[in-house]
Amino acid sequence: MNPMLSMADVRKTYATGVVTVDALRGIDLEVYAGDYLAIMGPSGSGKSTLMHIIGCLDVPTAGRYELDGIDVSSMSEKQLAEVRNRKIGFVFQSFNLLPSLTAQRNVELPLVYAGVPAAERRERALAALTKVGLAERVDHRPGELSGGQQQRVSVARALVTNPALVLADEPTGNLDSHSTAEILDLFAELNDAGRTIVMITHEADVAARATSSVHIYDGLLRQDAIGAGAAK
Amino acid sequence: MMGWSETVRTAIAALNARRMRSLLTMLGILIGIAAVMLTVGLGQGAQQQITSQINSLGSNMIIVTPSQTTTSGGFRGGGGAASTLTTQDAVMLADKTVAPDVVAVAPTSSTSGSLQSTDSTWTSTVVGTVPDWLNVRAREVDSGRFFTTAEVNSSAAVAVIGSETASELFTSGSPVGQTISINGQSFTVIGVLASAGSSMTGNEDDTVIVPSTSFAARLSTSSNANSVSSIYLQGKDADSLSAAYQQVKTALLASHQVTSDDADFSVSTQAALVETATSITGILTLLLGGIAAISLLVGGIGVMNIMLVSVSERVREIGLRKALGATPAVIRRQFLVEAGILGMLGGIVGIALGLAVAAILTPILNFTVAISIPATLIALAVSLGIGIVAGVYPASRAAKLAPIDALRSE
Repeated sequence: MNPMLSMADVRKTYATGVVTVDALRGIDLEVYAGDYLAIMGPSGSGKSTLMHIIGCLDVPTAGRYELDGIDVSSMSEKQLAEVRNRKIGFVFQSFNLLPSLTAQRNVELPLVYAGVPAAERRERALAALTKVGLAERVDHRPGELSGGQQQRVSVARALVTNPALVLADEPTGNLDSHSTAEILDLFAELNDAGRTIVMITHEADVAARATSSVHIYDGLLRQDAIGAGAAK
Repeated sequence: MMGWSETVRTAIAALNARRMRSLLTMLGILIGIAAVMLTVGLGQGAQQQITSQINSLGSNMIIVTPSQTTTSGGFRGGGGAASTLTTQDAVMLADKTVAPDVVAVAPTSSTSGSLQSTDSTWTSTVVGTVPDWLNVRAREVDSGRFFTTAEVNSSAAVAVIGSETASELFTSGSPVGQTISINGQSFTVIGVLASAGSSMTGNEDDTVIVPSTSFAARLSTSSNANSVSSIYLQGKDADSLSAAYQQVKTALLASHQVTSDDADFSVSTQAALVETATSITGILTLLLGGIAAISLLVGGIGVMNIMLVSVSERVREIGLRKALGATPAVIRRQFLVEAGILGMLGGIVGIALGLAVAAILTPILNFTVAISIPATLIALAVSLGIGIVAGVYPASRAAKLAPIDALRSE
């Protein structure tokens, strides 16, 4: 079985004026379909840079990164946008919903950029919102929803394109303990149904809900053995 | 790829979310478009009015006027001196062998006259001419009759007066048959002209027309009784007008023994007058329209400014849209469409404002503000174009934003 996500010696160097920062110094990582991996690390460890590269929001300076069999290490911005649209569902710490749009329109957004016709968009957005338990809230705007509900809308948005990978960046960082539990239950449920999830977090108890986890320190990965490991 | 209808829908939603700002931004375009439409409308209205006035002077008309050109010898003629045109010139031009395409010739002389009737006194322009004047100038007699060639030959003391002159001189009863005094000379009124309105050459209804011979004998103040102030000629038809023009010019040059470089007269056709007037009003229109267009330019800069503000305010939104799969091209198009809609809405409201002001001004100025459909369509296209051009720079800034930088900003 080929990995869903495979990184080989991925490096990222930022040149800010005279100082160059080696944010990633050779990452090797494989994630298989159905995995639920937590990436942990303190701030400044290169955690965000790794998340950006996994999410195709940025390209590595060196190394090879394949997502779902596609080499994305040297793609143009346009091609990256298409890969993000089709292969990745993002869940952000601060939800990143557009405040002027209803929950349903927010969930439809990735489908808009995929060129899906309006009727099909509506249907799929409704289905995704139903899956996260918000069928009653489709016409509410983000301002009319609680933090937990907003994050569930963004999970629905991440699922609506049926992506190869759900990439969650500190998904519970802005939530109270009750909503955190709700969202983590939802992720567990999705993973049980076969969804591949990569979650970036700095909280050990959140990472403990994943089936495996890795730590990143100073731009290098260190394997943990919590569950059925990342190097299956 | 995102469809057009979806792009337009998203753009309208974004503009609607910042309604007040969108309205103020549109105001710049709106005022500019309205100003351009009104100035151009006023110019074209003036052009139409002048053209119709010139055309109302007669049909297929050629006008010969004395000109006081300078020669190496100094000024030809002096102030108030005899005109270089004479009744002999008119007689010569009436000859079919000299100017075969001229059908009527009317030499005219004019002076200011103090008029006196039994009822009142009045001052008007007195014109001495021949019966052909009526045809050449396309005038009609309302009551009574015009004088005849026989009356010209006999220097009869008869006069035909304009409708306004008639009402000023005679408060009741028909003027026809009454006697008036012109500069102390007695004339019998034999007819009243139908009204022709005022033109750029003066009030055509306040005038007294007398036979040229009577004018020369009794009223002329010129040192040469044979001189005339202008000669009006009528060409056979529109097609032969330029041939008639050439015949008149050649004949006069020969009889005055001058070359066209030092000609002591000038010949112009109605078409040439219209052309001159049109080019003058055209230049004025262009000038005023140009000034108004500057306000349109300022409006366009306003759109660009607001779009730039909008891009920096919506960095997070742009980042999110990119993360969810919007390509740089889609983001660019999104902002271009927003700017285009701002421009076009401003244009539509501006056109409506221009039409409304034109409708209000027309009766007030007693002057048609001519706003044509092509001008309206051009205004609409220009406003859309300004919006899009103003949107290019902000849109490419938005398209170039890196998604991680955009998402990071809080």
